[in-house]
Amino acid sequence: MNILETDGERLLVAVRTLLERKGIVSTAEVMERMAITDAASPGQGARMVARAWVDPKYRDLMLEDGAKAAEALGIPMRGMPPLGVLENTAEVHNLVVCTLCSCYPRAVLGYPPFWYKSAAFRARAIRDPRELLASEWKTVVPDTIKLRVVDSTADYRWMVLPMRPPGTDGWDEARLTAIVREGDMIGVTVPAV
Amino acid sequence: MFAAGTPVRVKDAWPEASGPVHIRTPHYVRGVVGEVVRHLGDFPNPEDLAFARPAESRPLYHVRFRKGAIWPEAKPDDELLIEIFEHWLERP
Amino acid sequence: MDKEVQRAHHDLGGASKFMCEPVDIEPHAPTGFDREVDALRQMLAAKKLMTVDELRRGIEAIPEAEYHRLSYYQRWIRSITDTLLRHGVITETELRAALEGS
Repeated sequence: MNILETDGERLLVAVRTLLERKGIVSTAEVMERMAITDAASPGQGARMVARAWVDPKYRDLMLEDGAKAAEALGIPMRGMPPLGVLENTAEVHNLVVCTLCSCYPRAVLGYPPFWYKSAAFRARAIRDPRELLASEWKTVVPDTIKLRVVDSTADYRWMVLPMRPPGTDGWDEARLTAIVREGDMIGVTVPAV
Repeated sequence: MFAAGTPVRVKDAWPEASGPVHIRTPHYVRGVVGEVVRHLGDFPNPEDLAFARPAESRPLYHVRFRKGAIWPEAKPDDELLIEIFEHWLERP
Repeated sequence: MDKEVQRAHHDLGGASKFMCEPVDIEPHAPTGFDREVDALRQMLAAKKLMTVDELRRGIEAIPEAEYHRLSYYQRWIRSITDTLLRHGVITETELRAALEGS
């Protein structure tokens, strides 16, 4: 049997043991990296969105350079790919997919969700996005709005800046942050109150 | 270098047909004409990085396509936006 | 359609065989295995032992049926192991011995 066909859990243990024995990667380093990775979550992207809704200057920075905007809120971006931000407007709705693998704005949203990595999402999002959003997420993009699908194929990572929903006038940033969900920042859903 | 607004055609090339490769240009967009939105920066060529070969930096563009140019069946005026390296682009 | 015939199996945009497949939108939290593989990949990149591009190449090299059968991070550990073997960071003899010991 090809050794690579070994069960993944067993491969991981064996590879980790060898790397540790050779002094290449220690268990402590892996654990530390796991903790850092676990700390990234959609709550970080949500803070950026809420800030952009209340602060036009921050919105401009976010659209110009997503990584700088993330850093301005204390989100660590060192060593991360550049972050691009696409703004939903009354004319255009953005949806992000990675048809070749599963590129995802992890620095600001955390681990990619299960569905984002699925073959069905990767196939359908680019070819029939309106049907996909309506059937799976009950998100109906009106015919009058252009739907723009962003295939994340290379060195950037992309997130969506959704539109601020009606009924949120006078809300402070913390309250706005709480209504922004993971899917809103990929474009499969839109924030609602 | 391509300026914003320049019409470009994605090369109708199929390197995967002749051996192991790693390419970041999706199959569905090959041979299709779109328009450069902007230059995103220069990045080491992933086709070389994937094989641990020395990788030259190449210009990367955001290129916009009319959905109807690829899949005309539904809402042809919708849009696709894709990162494509310069060596995959030519003048139509 | 021609392009579909020519596409590599991981190049899934618009692939007809998945156009009618439902998307499981329920949350599935990453497991300990998933998180560990992910962290290991990051450490290997930080130490310049493999690029994310090599990770992808190794994933794309998994035969189609296996690719779809394996979980996301099972693909990753397979590609990571493949790359470490290719670079001689670990050898197949060492790996076999370690697997027998586990």
